[in-house]
Amino acid sequence: MTALQLCLVFSSALFCVGLVGALARSNTILVLLGIELMLNAANINFIAFWRFSPSPAPATGVMFVIFSIAVAAAEAAVGLALVIAVYRHQKNIRLQEANRLKG
Amino acid sequence: MGLSVQNLWLIPLLPLVAAAIGALTPRTGRTLAAGAAILAMSFSFLLSCGALVTALANPATHATSNFAWFDLGMGALRLGWLLDPLTAFMCVMVTFVGTLIFIFSTGYMHEDANAKQFFCFLSLFASAMLGVIVANSLLLLFVSWELVGLASYLLIGFWFHKPEAAGAAKKAFITTRIGDLGLLLGMLWLYDSTGSLLFYDGGHGVLEAGALSALTAHTALGGFALSTIIGLLIFCGAVGKSGQFPLHVWLPDAMEGPTPVSALIHAATMVAAGVFLIARVYPLMSADQALAHVPFHALTVVAFIGAITALMGALIAVAQNDIKRILAFSTVSQLGYMMLAIGVGSWVAAIFHLLTHAFFKALLFLGAGSVIHAAHHEQDIRSLGGLRSHMKVTFATFAIGMMALAGVPFLFSGFWSKEGILHAAHEWDVSRVPLLFGLAAVVLTAFYMTRLVAETFFGKARSHASEHAHESPASMTLPLVVLAVCAIALGFLGTPAFPWLQAKLLGETEVLGHSLLAGSGLMMLSVVLVALGLGTGWAIYGRVTREKSTSPDPLAARFPGVIAFLGARMKFDELYAATVFKLNAATATFADVLDRFVWDGAVRFLARLGEFAGVVNREADEDGLNAGFDAGSESLRGTGKAYSRAQTGDAHGYLRIIAIGFVVLVLIMMLGGNR
Amino acid sequence: MPVAPAAAFPLLSLIIFSPWAGAALLAMFRGVAPSVSRTLALIFSCGPLALGLVALNAFDPGRVAPQFVEDSIWMSRLLNVHYHLGLDGLSLVLVLLTGIVTPVALLASWRVTHYPRAFGILFLLLEGAALGVFLALDFFHWFLFWELSLVPAFFLIKLWGGPAASRAAYQFVIYTIGGSAFMLLGFAALYVATGTLDFTQLAQLAADGVIGAKLAALGGIWPKAVFVGVFLGLAVKVPLWPFHTWLPSAYAEAPVGGSMFLTGVMSKMGVYGFLRILWPIFPAQLHAATPCLLALALAGIVLGAYAAMKQTDLKRMVAYSSVNHLSYCLLALFAVSYATGRTAPTAAAATAALSGTIMQMFNHGLSAAALFCCVGILESRSGGKRGLNDFGGVRTVAPIFAALCGISLFSSLGLPGLNGFVGEFLIFRGVFGLDAGAATIACFGLLATAIFLLTFWQRVFHGPRAGVAAGEFADLSGIEIAPLLPLVVLMFILGVWPQLLAGLINPIVSSWAAHLSLP
Repeated sequence: MTALQLCLVFSSALFCVGLVGALARSNTILVLLGIELMLNAANINFIAFWRFSPSPAPATGVMFVIFSIAVAAAEAAVGLALVIAVYRHQKNIRLQEANRLKG
Repeated sequence: MGLSVQNLWLIPLLPLVAAAIGALTPRTGRTLAAGAAILAMSFSFLLSCGALVTALANPATHATSNFAWFDLGMGALRLGWLLDPLTAFMCVMVTFVGTLIFIFSTGYMHEDANAKQFFCFLSLFASAMLGVIVANSLLLLFVSWELVGLASYLLIGFWFHKPEAAGAAKKAFITTRIGDLGLLLGMLWLYDSTGSLLFYDGGHGVLEAGALSALTAHTALGGFALSTIIGLLIFCGAVGKSGQFPLHVWLPDAMEGPTPVSALIHAATMVAAGVFLIARVYPLMSADQALAHVPFHALTVVAFIGAITALMGALIAVAQNDIKRILAFSTVSQLGYMMLAIGVGSWVAAIFHLLTHAFFKALLFLGAGSVIHAAHHEQDIRSLGGLRSHMKVTFATFAIGMMALAGVPFLFSGFWSKEGILHAAHEWDVSRVPLLFGLAAVVLTAFYMTRLVAETFFGKARSHASEHAHESPASMTLPLVVLAVCAIALGFLGTPAFPWLQAKLLGETEVLGHSLLAGSGLMMLSVVLVALGLGTGWAIYGRVTREKSTSPDPLAARFPGVIAFLGARMKFDELYAATVFKLNAATATFADVLDRFVWDGAVRFLARLGEFAGVVNREADEDGLNAGFDAGSESLRGTGKAYSRAQTGDAHGYLRIIAIGFVVLVLIMMLGGNR
Repeated sequence: MPVAPAAAFPLLSLIIFSPWAGAALLAMFRGVAPSVSRTLALIFSCGPLALGLVALNAFDPGRVAPQFVEDSIWMSRLLNVHYHLGLDGLSLVLVLLTGIVTPVALLASWRVTHYPRAFGILFLLLEGAALGVFLALDFFHWFLFWELSLVPAFFLIKLWGGPAASRAAYQFVIYTIGGSAFMLLGFAALYVATGTLDFTQLAQLAADGVIGAKLAALGGIWPKAVFVGVFLGLAVKVPLWPFHTWLPSAYAEAPVGGSMFLTGVMSKMGVYGFLRILWPIFPAQLHAATPCLLALALAGIVLGAYAAMKQTDLKRMVAYSSVNHLSYCLLALFAVSYATGRTAPTAAAATAALSGTIMQMFNHGLSAAALFCCVGILESRSGGKRGLNDFGGVRTVAPIFAALCGISLFSSLGLPGLNGFVGEFLIFRGVFGLDAGAATIACFGLLATAIFLLTFWQRVFHGPRAGVAAGEFADLSGIEIAPLLPLVVLMFILGVWPQLLAGLINPIVSSWAAHLSLP
């Protein structure tokens, strides 16, 4: 097993953990955490493919990841703000109950 | 001291100014209004005397003063003043009689709250009447003529709160206007065919040879000369104004006005305006006399209308009981005489009678006014009686007037003027009818005047009012005396022996007297007829006077049907009510129905048609076009609804679908990658 | 002939737009006191009169061509449309009439209590539109003014009118717009045929026979249809019998000032159209139609007067008298057109007839406005009643009112010495020379007019006090005399001294009469 394969197995595992978390939990914050995990699995893939590519000279993978992290941070801020707004509205943060905007 | 024709306009202007003063003063200013009216009228009288002096200096000329009224086309519409003996005599008569009547009115209208308005209207009337006389243009004459009609309307309806007075005023205005339409048409035709309306205009006027020969040369409808038709149309105006048959119906009703009005308008002046008009346009009326091929001449019609009116008026007067109505019908009859005179070719005889009649009829009306005033507005002669002793001056002057009207021989003016008319009728070779009618009217006139005097002044008082009557104040008796003097003296201006007036009117410088014996046969006959009338009247009404106001009339007892028919004024009013009024009302109804139903109906129909089209359009829109659109949108909505069901709002569900989709995608890629 | 000097100063535009400027200004003053807005409206409405007097002063009556001309290209790319204004004797008379009637109508409406500001604004708009109609020489903006005048009139009738005002207003507007639509169509066809909308050019083309040929080239029914279209638009406005059924209800239901303006000014717009448009542009077609049109005008004169006799509503009666009086104007014009081309010399008669028409327009404007004002006063005294039998003996209690109303009545029935006579006499004189039979029949109209106007006067003013006059009935107050007095004074002045009007119109009328011909 090469280093690349090890990395990919790890990231796949991380993704699965995040996916299960996002699908199974009803606490909105935990769902957000799951999504973050999935994102980070993708980031690991970026780094791995960059690091073990035939010509890794320009720091393209790192740039991707830095952007991705920045976006994730912003997304988390917005998501958490939404969670707070939902909490204020319905006095809990159960995702199943936040369904009033449906058509 | 003469008054030149250039200043002639002052004569009608002065009363007009007085009328304006009267109109603008407040109701309390009755003394001012009356003073201004009398003063203006007296000054007009003086000016008229000046005009008479000027006119008599040169009786054969028609002095004119023309001026442009307004621009019309290349030229202008011109009006003007005319001074000749006819104008001057008429002016003097109107202003003199007018002044006396104004003075009388100050006494008669003393108690009326609206007296200042009365004097305003009187002045307006006098001004308009003088305008008729001094006009040198048929248009200016027509303008004044209509204003005379207006003033008469206002004066007849002076006691407008009485419905009868208001109705009589309207009747007078409308009836005279019917005649005036004829006058208007005649004037239009004259203007159209001669291009002028001036009477005398240095050879271009309508009464001068050039225009007259053109008018007679032209043949119009039915083989008549143009001048005949125009003359007859103008005569229509005179028929209306002078109360000739068949438009006489307004004159008796006009007695609803105050008595001085009756004296001024319906005896002395306005009704004479028609006679004056025909005398003025006599050259035009007589222009067709030389033509032989026409069916009849214009003057023939005038003569017959006059004769019929003279007899009819006298007949109806026999059966009237209201003192003013009797006088009114006698006026109708006397105006008929005047028309008769013009018709038989002697317009100077007509004017002579017009002048004498103005004085003695004004005297009679004012005398009647004095009686009515004293008897507290009792006008029925059956309820009067015995006034001779209470009102000596009134009785004496009234008797003089009565004798003048009846034509008592030699002393009274009416005899001479009537004699002139009968004489002219006698010489007329077309027909004997006017003469016979005239002679019959002589008997009747003497008869009904005797009846009037006998019933009113003789016998015993038959009512409380006449028992306690007393003589009127000096402002009323003085004019009576002056008029009575004139009623006698005026006759000597025109006796056959020395026909000064006639000569001056005809423009002759020398007065050619006829022997008194010329035509003395006719004169004897009329003296006998007058005596017959007076004698019969006295025999029936004077010898045995009426006992009570309700006791029957001796004549009515003898001939009930005839007297009732005459008393109902020969049922002319009923006849017109059944024909003219009905036709008028029917036309009005027709016009109204046409509007309300036919034309408005057509509009409504079109509107309904539009509405119907709108409804059809709406139905087509809603059931056709709109239904298709509705179905289309409905299906879109349904689809949208179905899809929106997928949006559950369950975030987990979405995530699961994403995850499943991801897995499927990966599987496809893995399987596809093998290819 | 000297060339018309270019107007250095746009006097005519100023005349038209000064009331509109006033309306705009008034619209800005929100919430001012009613008396202030009334006064402002009155002042602005006097503007055209003052400017009209300035124009009168500078006017050269000897010149036939329009004066103070303003002519500039408006939209040449799209359509050949000019902004073309001009003033000749005919226009001047009507401008002065509008200038007199509008302030007087506003004075008569002094007691309007609902929204006096809006009332004033609408009135000023109406005045400007009417003036525009009388001054425009190009169909395009002439038609704009023509139609614009309907809008304020509609609101004036509907909002301030009597109980049945709404229906009357709709009928009035729809009927007139119906007529105008045909006219617009006619002019569209005329534009297609000739390429111009300018009245003077069109008249010249018509005189040269070009229009007839061009229209004939359109083929089919077009030559007739164009004429009929324009004719209908004008005939409804005048109105010519039998297109008059909108008039009695509109005049009767309008507020006092509205009736005064409608009859005083707006009815003249139709007659003006006949004189300015139909007669010069379609001389041959009009001539061909005159036998029938003469009959219609006579029907308007005689049956209009007889229908008036049957009315029990005073306003409707006066409205019918307007039908009668305006028919005289049309009778004269039709008679002139009828006689055109005949061998007999007709110039003198035609001059008289056309002078009479213009004088009658002015005089009727004065007398009919005064009569409506009087009926309005009766209405205000009786709380809205205006029946012939609702009054009696008013003269006893209100002598001043009786005098002023009586003078207006007698002016209306054509008594000599007052203004109405001169116009009617000239019309009769002219028509008699052109068609004696028509003049004779028209005489019955004169008689019927006298009958119904005297009935009016007798029932309302004479007899014992009855109806409304039996109770408290005050004579005129100062503000009620104010509108009547100038009208009555003018009636006297023009009756005695008609040269005032005749001097203005005689040259142009003489020139029309001298050039009577068919292309």
